[in-house]
Amino acid sequence: MPEYAIETAALRREFGRNVAVAGLSLAVPRGEVFGFLGPNGAGKTTSLKLLLGLVAPTSGSGTVLGAPLGTTEVRKRVGFLPEHFRFHDCLNARELLHFHGRLLGLPKRGLDTHIESLLLRVGLEDAAHRPLRTYSKGMTQRAGLAQAIMGSPELVFLDEPTSGLDPLGRLLVRDVIEELRANGASVFLNSHLLGEVEATCDRVAFVKNGLVLHELELDNATGTLDVELRVGQVDDALLEGLAAFGTGVTRDETLVRMHANSESMLPELARWLIGRGVALYELRCRRKSLEEWFVEVMGEDQRPG
Amino acid sequence: MRGTLLIARLTWLETRRRKIALAALICGLLFLAVFGTAMYFGFNLARAGGPLGDSPPDVVGMRVAATVLTVAGLYVVNFLVTAVAILLPIDSLSGEIGSGVIQTLASKPVDRAAIVVGKWLAYLLMTAAYLTLMGGGVVLIMRLFADYTAPHVLAPMGLMLLGAATMLSITIAGGVRLSTITNGIVAFGFYGVAFIAGWIEQILSMFGNATARHVGTVVSLVSPSDSMWRRAAYELQPLATAVLQNGPFGVVSVPSAVMIAWAAGFCVVVLWFAVWQFRRRPL
Repeated sequence: MPEYAIETAALRREFGRNVAVAGLSLAVPRGEVFGFLGPNGAGKTTSLKLLLGLVAPTSGSGTVLGAPLGTTEVRKRVGFLPEHFRFHDCLNARELLHFHGRLLGLPKRGLDTHIESLLLRVGLEDAAHRPLRTYSKGMTQRAGLAQAIMGSPELVFLDEPTSGLDPLGRLLVRDVIEELRANGASVFLNSHLLGEVEATCDRVAFVKNGLVLHELELDNATGTLDVELRVGQVDDALLEGLAAFGTGVTRDETLVRMHANSESMLPELARWLIGRGVALYELRCRRKSLEEWFVEVMGEDQRPG
Repeated sequence: MRGTLLIARLTWLETRRRKIALAALICGLLFLAVFGTAMYFGFNLARAGGPLGDSPPDVVGMRVAATVLTVAGLYVVNFLVTAVAILLPIDSLSGEIGSGVIQTLASKPVDRAAIVVGKWLAYLLMTAAYLTLMGGGVVLIMRLFADYTAPHVLAPMGLMLLGAATMLSITIAGGVRLSTITNGIVAFGFYGVAFIAGWIEQILSMFGNATARHVGTVVSLVSPSDSMWRRAAYELQPLATAVLQNGPFGVVSVPSAVMIAWAAGFCVVVLWFAVWQFRRRPL
């Protein structure tokens, strides 16, 4: 079994003179919930379509679950909820799932039971007999989520999966992602809702103009913990010693700022300072929010106005 | 094959539920009702010896009239069937591409060819069913009210279906790249050009104009639907062909068996082109 669910190398897609994806290089390990972040027009949806084989790359290469991009067979193990979730609205939710289940090649035996459990999971059991054209936006998105997780896929692509959902619906998506993770599936999440990404993803990539600018691990994230120390006296030996606990150590008179490697380092840091006889007046730490990361990586100039 | 049949089944279901087939059926039945009423009164009147009942029934004249009216009825059926073959699939691929519905289909483990061929198959079956109903209706009406049974009716019906299949294939192929409205304009354009070229070929061939005949043949190669109708009309009226040559359904220039094979090949080639384009198209 390949180590990575998704692996791409310099994937590029041009539409005429417009470069939608400039050179996407990614490696998403199996079992990871991976967030794909970027401003509007950053090439996120096109990247996702490249990975799904809906759009062929102009150049570059990649694999999904070990198979080259565009391989039909591997799609049995891949789920997808598109951003513009539109389905055959003459069908009801039960028929939609039955049709997609058959397209996935799921055996008829047991399919009905599987469909009922999916309908129950997304809260559509009472509306399952109604045509999709009578559904609200949120209900349609939940039906789409159900078809995306049919057949227990190993990799699920979710493109803005909560755009039409109320807070309870968003919690549902979060729970479904957790269940997928618990079952060992990988999730590729494309979302503008940074709080949602922060709550669900193991790692994120910041993408702009179809290029990954920065990748960040969210759980125990290296360098994401900002630490401020107010001490009695700062000398070069102290700064050198602090460098062992993190990065980006700077001083401003008696105030020292740094990025700690992890939260578990903090008690050790305090012990080390006291052990050296440093007068420690204040030790503050806070995590940089994903929003701050986003603005920092994308650049302040991206802010409108 | 499984994917193709699943898509065909879905297409069939969708067309039925959206009441598209029902609308076509109602219009078709309306035509049959009008046609049947006209035949009933017309032939009863002829049998009764005209409006005043003072002339003996003209048996030969009635038979010629029955032949002409059968061809006329099937001419309208051919037009309706061709319109159905164009209108049923006109929004199918372009609409699903535009709305994004196609994305969930194409991301499933089915070859894109299955999507194109499945839709084509479903619409062909619907067109065939419609032709059977409408064509069968005309033949039955003439049997009941004019006591006339068109000879070799199966072969002409097959030719009409083949003509409609060429238009269906063009519309499916157009839907891969064109918007719904543009596709409609192109498809009816193909039909219109073939229609007018067929008439020009017929009329000018009577005066021995070889150029007109060549133009007609070339247009038939590009859009064979009208030539299939002309061959069907020829097959429908073997006895009266000589009599009808100057009439509206006379066939001076009879499309050959090679043209029939070309029409069948045309469907295959256009469908292959549609699949090839659809496989390359970003969705």
